Amino acid sequence: MSLVIHNLHARVVGGQQILRGLNLEIEKGSVHAIMGPNGSGKSTLSKVIAGHPDYEVTAGEVLLDGVNVLGMEPDARSRAGLFLAFQYPVEIPGVSNANFIRAALQARLAAGEELEATEYYGDLYKEMDRLEIPRNFTARSVNEGFSGGEKKRNEVLQMAMLKPAYAILDETDSGLDIDALKVVSAGVNALRGPNLGVLVITHYQRLLDYITPDVVHVLVGGRIVRSAGPELALELEAKGYDWIRDELSEAALAAEPVLA
Amino acid sequence: MSESLLQAPLAAEPFPNQPDWFRDARQQAALRFDALPRPSRTDEAWRFSNLRAFDPQDFTPARPVGLELTDSLLPLSLGADSHAGSLVFANDKLVARTRSAVSEQGVLWMSLEEAVAQHPALVQRYFMQSDSLFGSAKHLALHQASVRTGTFLYVPKGVHVEAPLQSFHWLAGSGQAVFPHTLLIAEEGSSVTFVDWFKAHNDARNLACGVHDLHVGAGAQVHYVSVQDWSRQTVALHSNTTVVGAGAKAVHLSLHLGGSFARSESVSHLRGPGARSEMLAATVADGAQEFDQRTLQDHGSPDTSSDLLYKNALYNEAKTIVAGLIRVAPHAHRTDAYQKVRNLVLSAEAEAVSLPGLEILADQVRCSHGATTGEINREELFYMQARGISESDAYRLITYGFLNEVIERLPENSLRVRLQDSLQARLQGH
Repeated sequence: MSLVIHNLHARVVGGQQILRGLNLEIEKGSVHAIMGPNGSGKSTLSKVIAGHPDYEVTAGEVLLDGVNVLGMEPDARSRAGLFLAFQYPVEIPGVSNANFIRAALQARLAAGEELEATEYYGDLYKEMDRLEIPRNFTARSVNEGFSGGEKKRNEVLQMAMLKPAYAILDETDSGLDIDALKVVSAGVNALRGPNLGVLVITHYQRLLDYITPDVVHVLVGGRIVRSAGPELALELEAKGYDWIRDELSEAALAAEPVLA
Repeated sequence: MSESLLQAPLAAEPFPNQPDWFRDARQQAALRFDALPRPSRTDEAWRFSNLRAFDPQDFTPARPVGLELTDSLLPLSLGADSHAGSLVFANDKLVARTRSAVSEQGVLWMSLEEAVAQHPALVQRYFMQSDSLFGSAKHLALHQASVRTGTFLYVPKGVHVEAPLQSFHWLAGSGQAVFPHTLLIAEEGSSVTFVDWFKAHNDARNLACGVHDLHVGAGAQVHYVSVQDWSRQTVALHSNTTVVGAGAKAVHLSLHLGGSFARSESVSHLRGPGARSEMLAATVADGAQEFDQRTLQDHGSPDTSSDLLYKNALYNEAKTIVAGLIRVAPHAHRTDAYQKVRNLVLSAEAEAVSLPGLEILADQVRCSHGATTGEINREELFYMQARGISESDAYRLITYGFLNEVIERLPENSLRVRLQDSLQARLQGH
């Protein structure tokens, strides 16, 4: 059981090619991290997997436990078990958080089945407490007027409520102070387990102090260029991304046939 | 318009013990109605409006409904969970009322015909005191000549009515005309929330011609909510005048759901320093519905404020018009007036017309108005879909949120919940 990304090529609709043959396998129960410099395609990868209409896949596949999700609408991918924690969670005026999360859960039930309200609020409050979210949050409009920390907690809350098989956390650490980062990380760690595969996308190593990955990948130019254990993140933190780029260009030079 | 519309109610004399002035005024109104020309689209006040939708020949004054039907309407006349009392009207006849403790506070809470008989001086002072400002003189005359009942609510000085009071106006049958009236008087320093529910028993072509006037005394606070949920074939003409005294606050929220052609006129007169009026409306327009909304924020005193927020969601070939004028009298310095119209267009065939206007004759005023028309935000849609919510459900939820922002402006929770239910029910099927 795994989320397999195979030879993925994608571009902005009618625009620039961003992913150029990306390969990755996230087994259930594991946590993978993708690091990479700005513009390497990190956020594009998360949006392409989730089905954002601004991007088009030009080659490759994304298999969720063997099922290619690329032909599915974004909502079908979510119901199939995929979750994307947004880097910039969207504000939805006039729709309360409680209403929004309930609609997402309701969408997973068969037609005619109704969510049981007492049970729903019981679960919601339990997860909110874990994430140190105050009760008045349920009545507030989705992400409207939320601080960066509140928005990211809300993402993790939704993840906890929707119980995905695979979760992609897109720059979940951005905009967080250290206290919020700890709370959010603890929330994610609480969800770790044999039934969840996680892909953490981040620019900085900092987040990985709190969410320890099993494997770290480096994304450059729309491809995974290196994979190793958590120590790779520390190495990147110490040396920066230029080091990888330099090695890559040497390798590229070495591979290039010498023209006479 | 046809004579027959007028003859029957006058002949029926629905007002027992009516004073002479009241009878005379009704007869004068009938003459006025005959003499006035029908509004024409060349009038500025009827610009863009589809007058052909309205042929008065098709309607007669509503006949009373039977007991059996009345019995079936009462369980549907619930409104907010916590309320201080209800009046239920069916086809312009009071058919039920719940026991209310508000009379112990000195509040007068009764039908219009009861008020005319029991408190004629009060009625005379406030009844139909405003002229039409939007070219609807003929409709106002029709209303005054034909009115048979309505709500009379008088809150004495300093009295606070905590829970909302509410009236239900049911319209049953076909080709029927009703003339619901609302007269709310809140004396100095009092507070009250009142809700008018206009509801259809069946889907038929009917006519509603209502007048809803609020008099908010100095320092008083009035929340008035009207839910226009007539049948989708009904021609609805509703006119509201709100007079706000010094330091007083009026909040008028309209939820527009029904009608084929629905014209609503709303005027706030700010009379006295510190007077404030909030004018709120949320409209769901679909099919070939047309909602024609005309508003005036009339600042007649210095240091007054008004805030208008009208939102329309349009489906299919529906049309909405919002023509809103802010008028600041020469001496009304330091006026603060705000007007915002937002249209969410969900169909290429729908049409939203916004006609803002300013008429400022004073100094040091802050007036702003803006109208925006847009479609569903794609990022909101994707965010919802990324949570498993289908595209059609996401559209509906975003539209609900767009209009619910208006409902959220009301402080009273149980009433908000009921309005949200009505809105949600209306959006089902889209």
